Amino acid sequence: MLRLLLARLQQGHRTIGFPAVEPTLPDRFRGAPTLDPTKCPDGCNECVAACPTDALVVDGKGLGLDMGKCLFCIECASACPTGAVAFGPGYSLATRTREDLVVRGQVDRRAAALDEKMRSLFGRSLKLRQVSAAGCNACEADVNVLNTVVFDLGRFGIQFVASPRHADGLLITGPVSENMREALLKTYEAVPDPKIVIAVGACAISGGPYAGHPEQHDGAARFVPVDMYIPGCPPHPITILDGLLRLLGRIDEGKR
Amino acid sequence: MSLGSQFASLYNGATLELSSVPVLSMESFHEAILQGTARDWRVSALFAAPGGKGYRLWAVLAADDDALLHVSSADVEGDSFPSLTPDCPQVHLFEREVFEQHGLRPVGHPWLKPVRFQPPLRAGSEVKPPRIGTFEPYRVEGEEIHEVAVGPVHAGVIEPGHFRFQCHGEQVFHLEIMLGYQHRGVERALVGGPGKRSIHYAETLAGDTTVGHATAYCQILEALSGARVPARALAIRGIALELERLANHTGDLGALAGDVAFLPTAAFCGRLRGDWLNLTAQICGSRFGRGLVRPGGVGLDIDAPRAESMLERATAALKDVSSAANLLWSTPSVMARFEDTGTVQRKDAEALGLVGVAARACGVSRDVRHDFPAGIWQFSHVPVSTWQAGDVFSRAYVRWLEIQRSVEFMREQVDSLPSGPSRVECPPTVPGRLAVSLVEGWRGEVCHVAATGPDGRFAFYKVVDPSFHNWTGLAMALRNQQISDFPLCNKSFNLSYCGHDL
Repeated sequence: MLRLLLARLQQGHRTIGFPAVEPTLPDRFRGAPTLDPTKCPDGCNECVAACPTDALVVDGKGLGLDMGKCLFCIECASACPTGAVAFGPGYSLATRTREDLVVRGQVDRRAAALDEKMRSLFGRSLKLRQVSAAGCNACEADVNVLNTVVFDLGRFGIQFVASPRHADGLLITGPVSENMREALLKTYEAVPDPKIVIAVGACAISGGPYAGHPEQHDGAARFVPVDMYIPGCPPHPITILDGLLRLLGRIDEGKR
Repeated sequence: MSLGSQFASLYNGATLELSSVPVLSMESFHEAILQGTARDWRVSALFAAPGGKGYRLWAVLAADDDALLHVSSADVEGDSFPSLTPDCPQVHLFEREVFEQHGLRPVGHPWLKPVRFQPPLRAGSEVKPPRIGTFEPYRVEGEEIHEVAVGPVHAGVIEPGHFRFQCHGEQVFHLEIMLGYQHRGVERALVGGPGKRSIHYAETLAGDTTVGHATAYCQILEALSGARVPARALAIRGIALELERLANHTGDLGALAGDVAFLPTAAFCGRLRGDWLNLTAQICGSRFGRGLVRPGGVGLDIDAPRAESMLERATAALKDVSSAANLLWSTPSVMARFEDTGTVQRKDAEALGLVGVAARACGVSRDVRHDFPAGIWQFSHVPVSTWQAGDVFSRAYVRWLEIQRSVEFMREQVDSLPSGPSRVECPPTVPGRLAVSLVEGWRGEVCHVAATGPDGRFAFYKVVDPSFHNWTGLAMALRNQQISDFPLCNKSFNLSYCGHDL
């Protein structure tokens, strides 16, 4: 017993102060992309050519980066001769619509909270059932880490539950393999209405590195209505937590 | 016949002329594999690829004693070949895979079931895989026998798989594991590379083994292109590989504590796992090492101030992991649950070809870093950590032994990083070559085998995650256990679903 108490004392208090206190992220963290098309040399296509997942587009509106496809691998930034594409420290990346994930300039459309009725139901208690549908276990691991003492998800009233029947919604990772399609649909059906769906990671949003493979379905939105998109490969736990808190209106839409 | 004439041999991370690999008759091929395994060589990979007049079987045997990898091949006549499984159990899943992927039937296979319910790879094949989950499980019959089905969607935040238990009361007679839910066609997509996505495929073969698989892939590419990776890059890859091991081993000790309701260590290790991941992120910005291991070296360097702060943080983390881990061994209620639970016999571990922690916990000294040194392991050595009992405790304790060795190694490397560049250009891959690459990932042996066609592109690319060997070990561990011990046994293996399903 004494040994236990001593160990407890040594380990100390480890829960971070987020969202009241800004998180400490590594200096090389690759977060919010910024695009500066004014720096693009005429006819340059280097970033588009370098991207493994076709996340970059040059269209009528100029240069755009789809965070839903982006692996945050910075091949584009390395290929760019003028620094027109860069990844900054911004971690708040979740959006409510698929279109909002497309960045022109910089990340500016942050996720709005659920409407008042949904917030009155889920605002102080949100139970989620996690479904991994061919994720590589990186997204899953950094969702799971929210349960540790560091993030202490429980203090926000958010909890992962063991049965879809106990859940208010699904948190989906992975591109939805053909082999998981039916299980995902059955799990979704088993969640009582009203329910929400959160897609976490490039795979669940667009298929990620597997986009176009016939063995999978390029993300969850083909099968279930998605209420929140959290981009990344995998997203940092803080990005996921930030998204969940914004959805519940615990972080103001206007913040950052 | 001497074995030498039946195999072409190479070192880990090396390459040879594809045409120098002997093409044997099926009978001699089997004979050669049996003679090899009789000498304690292991089957690291066995697979089929288009070649000869139709399909060719390839085998890679690992000889732990002389650090050599022995490669042989044989052409399949028609659509079937005699199964080797009855004489050599460790190829059982490989042969099932060959059947599922290419429709080549191993005649006489005692357990010919789907592996991952994947569509056939054979061009023009109209055969559809059976609907996933539809399979005839091995059944125990009797009045008081009951069957328990679990998954694919599990209770925690965890990947999907289906488990079928044959029980008598609480006692499990047999566990059958059906996987394939995570199949996303990644191994298939590697063929025809290298391309823009190849390194990302490697990094996501099993996300928790990003560094392990990315290193295995890069070693293949560097062998096939003749790139000479600078020593500094090799050291940084080694540091990253050990950080990956530290994060996962620490997390596993916490999860094992959680499964026996010992909350102090569960809570401490949950945080500490993140401390190791954050050390990886300090090098490359990603907690999983994404973007770090790149063909020709590493994508990001460790500068002097970074090295210094890493050393400090590693020392602090080890101190806290020590206190958390040692609580386990000194708490009788934990030890009572860990000891004699989920025991795998050494002879079974050897027959099934188990790798990594699961093998070392049965007293089988098997570690790629030691047995097949490539990269930084050619210059720096890590003792192999083993324990004898083969139970949950052994698998936990081997992890703790390895945590200590890994920190020691990591500190040594960070402290004395070789000078020079950290990346070189990778020239184009040379046509008609074969390369084999092994890496001791945190779960065990990661094996990649690839060959280039006349155009220099991958004519085949085979990935064997350690989980491929070890899932059967978990099934063996459950024999005659209480079904309530399943979570604990499962966690003590902590195998990859996506690494198996590919």
